[in-house]
Amino acid sequence: MSSVTHDETTFVPAAETGEMELYHAKTWLGKYVFCQDAKVIAVQYAATAIGIGLVALVLSMMMRLQLGFPGALAFITPEVYMQMVTMHGMIMVIYLLTALFLGGFGNFLIPLMVGARDMVFPWANMLSFWIYFVAVLILVASFFVPGGPTGSGWTLYPPQSILPGTPGSEWGIILMLVSLALFIVGFTMGGLNYVVTVLQARARGMTLMRMPLTIWGIFMATVLALLAFPALLVSVIMMLLDQTIGTSFFMPAIAAMGAEHDYDGGSPILFQHLFWFFGHPEVYIVALPAFGIVSDLISVHARKNIFGYRMMVWAIVVIGALSFVVWAHHMYVSGMNPYFGFFFATTTLIIAVPTALKVYNWVLTLWRGNIHLTVPMLFAIGFVFTFINGGLTGLFLGNAAVDVPLSDTYFVIAHFHMVMGVSPILVVFGAIYHWYPKVTGRMLNEPLGKLHFWFTFLGTYAIYFPMHYLGFLGMPRRYYTSGGTDFIPDSAHALNTQISIAAFIVGAAQLLILVNIVWSYYKGKESGGNPWKATTLEWQTPTTPAGHGNFGPELPLVYRWAYDYSVPGAKEDFIPQNVPPRDEPATQGE
Amino acid sequence: MLISLIFLGSIMAVVAWWLVKQSLNTQPWVSEPHGEGTSEESFSYPAHKVGLWVFLGVVSSLFCLIISAYSIRMAGLGDWRPLPEPPLLWLNTGLLVLSSVFMQRAHRAASRNELDRLASPLLIGGALAIAFIVGQLAAWYQLGEMGYFASANPANAFFYMITGLHGLHMLGGLVAWRRAVARVVSKKGMDISDVRTSVELCTTYWHFLLLIWLILFGLMLAT
Repeated sequence: MSSVTHDETTFVPAAETGEMELYHAKTWLGKYVFCQDAKVIAVQYAATAIGIGLVALVLSMMMRLQLGFPGALAFITPEVYMQMVTMHGMIMVIYLLTALFLGGFGNFLIPLMVGARDMVFPWANMLSFWIYFVAVLILVASFFVPGGPTGSGWTLYPPQSILPGTPGSEWGIILMLVSLALFIVGFTMGGLNYVVTVLQARARGMTLMRMPLTIWGIFMATVLALLAFPALLVSVIMMLLDQTIGTSFFMPAIAAMGAEHDYDGGSPILFQHLFWFFGHPEVYIVALPAFGIVSDLISVHARKNIFGYRMMVWAIVVIGALSFVVWAHHMYVSGMNPYFGFFFATTTLIIAVPTALKVYNWVLTLWRGNIHLTVPMLFAIGFVFTFINGGLTGLFLGNAAVDVPLSDTYFVIAHFHMVMGVSPILVVFGAIYHWYPKVTGRMLNEPLGKLHFWFTFLGTYAIYFPMHYLGFLGMPRRYYTSGGTDFIPDSAHALNTQISIAAFIVGAAQLLILVNIVWSYYKGKESGGNPWKATTLEWQTPTTPAGHGNFGPELPLVYRWAYDYSVPGAKEDFIPQNVPPRDEPATQGE
Repeated sequence: MLISLIFLGSIMAVVAWWLVKQSLNTQPWVSEPHGEGTSEESFSYPAHKVGLWVFLGVVSSLFCLIISAYSIRMAGLGDWRPLPEPPLLWLNTGLLVLSSVFMQRAHRAASRNELDRLASPLLIGGALAIAFIVGQLAAWYQLGEMGYFASANPANAFFYMITGLHGLHMLGGLVAWRRAVARVVSKKGMDISDVRTSVELCTTYWHFLLLIWLILFGLMLAT
């Protein structure tokens, strides 16, 4: 580019939405604690989510210790083990991944990438974080109440989740349900912000079809979440009523532990329908932002425009819509009508079409690109591999007939950890390495980052690949120990031990990124405004880290899409979105 | 689940239609200077209005799912014994209709800039909504007196849950209403467009909650 500085005459007055009145904090508390600046809220969300995520990581380490070396920790009884399973699952899916992608990355990236000064409802945004924070506190509190947290599995299936005999069926489950309800309320406030900001506050010239795919992913995931979380809210409220005042929404007539209960006629299957009506879109609430972010990472670090941009947008929308009609594939073994199962198997396999389309487009973007194997790029490519692996096992489990024997075995664990555990987490790491310079003004250390990548990427394969095999052997999941069972051979026990050792190594390797984040904050290399030479608006801010109001006195004007990399004839291999066409060399044949 | 699916299907149809409009005939890879064919597609509505409509979508999703759960549970194990809706509910429905009518009048006054004719319908509309909530609580009390407790039968449990959730949404609306009233009453330094938006949003929300109530009440009467 000959001149990235703007010719003043190219400015068209008046942004589309007009200037918004910015909130200015007057007190320390208002600036750092109850802050209404989306960038600060994003860091608060991310820090809380990662903090609680570390708790879930420690829980998984203890579970692996019990499985690989039974009895190594005396306090892990079968009850405690089930509590760990439950809390690990719930925290990872909802309190870490959902909160981190939408609350963390959504808050940071939406205003910066669409060229807005802030979210449209900053106060509701602040409230959203604090309600989330209280929800996390309540969740943590359940570790300390009599009976401990609920041990009913993260799906909280009734009737066992509220019957005596299940750990935490008195206090733990109530705290869990209250915490979830608060999470949903808090998320709704944030979600309204994300949707309306994308719809209403884009910079002039930022048409929908010029938005980076990151924004498309987060936007569609938020729409899904806003429509799907009510299903969880309804089931939470109904179960809370069953537990506290003895209604029978979900509770059938039942005698348990030698005592008859007053419940009558309720339908546990109804809960499963409601739960998975939320639960399946939840998978895509986590996956769609990951899809979006990975598209941008691949494009930036391969210095090539994304292959099939419009197709990518449509794929995101179609996946989102389809995700509402596949929920019962989680319930093949609930005794449903086989024709019903046939319908859901079909819709489930159809969803593979837009998903595969995205994978092809990522690979085609890499094809003959100028690939820079930076740390974010390593994680992005690692994601594509892992997502394909996890997706392929999804074909097995999506077919009702194949699912039945594999249901509730380690095969299922391997599948969903690959596809919605490891894959999104790889994107989270890639995104942290990519955007950390914009948050702090410093680069993360690269050798440490590469070490972190290889330990995590290879390590997770060492953990989850053997689990497919254990699943084929029929090894059941959620069991506290697998000793003394004839059909499980010694080799499976050896494999189990080896999986645990790999898990400890991967768990310990996560210290690398924590150390890197803290160390680089003080000692990292100065990044400058646009270290990756990227086109999107967040890298064009006048100051780094971006100041209050993001863009200085004038909002940017957008002249092009987010993917002008290696444009033939241009001097540099990228043209930022806010560079007018007339600044390009005239030789260009657009 | 059919009702929820129909609802979601229609939302998705709107999204798809809107996206088709945005994405056909556009070539995102072409850079353009302003004023030369750049479609200015942004909504002309204020952000608060869009925010409210998105929120109404979320609330609709919630109540659709409740209706789905209601019909699934009702078709359940034959233990469903319909409860007699207290006649008081008809009165409450009347109050809610009137409340909506007065909010509409306030909205009309606000949009015509007749500020002196705005305060009284706004206050009456809110007062009627409060009366509605009190009436709902009285209906709960009557049912309790007659021995229809929530735990006795799923029909009762759904009745309490549905009316309770609807009432909570009404209370939330009253918080927004209180802010609108404060804006109208304070008069000093009042920004007319703020008042207008505030009253308009309240009115939309009131009509929406009335519609939801009519659907839910009809459902409970019919079953």
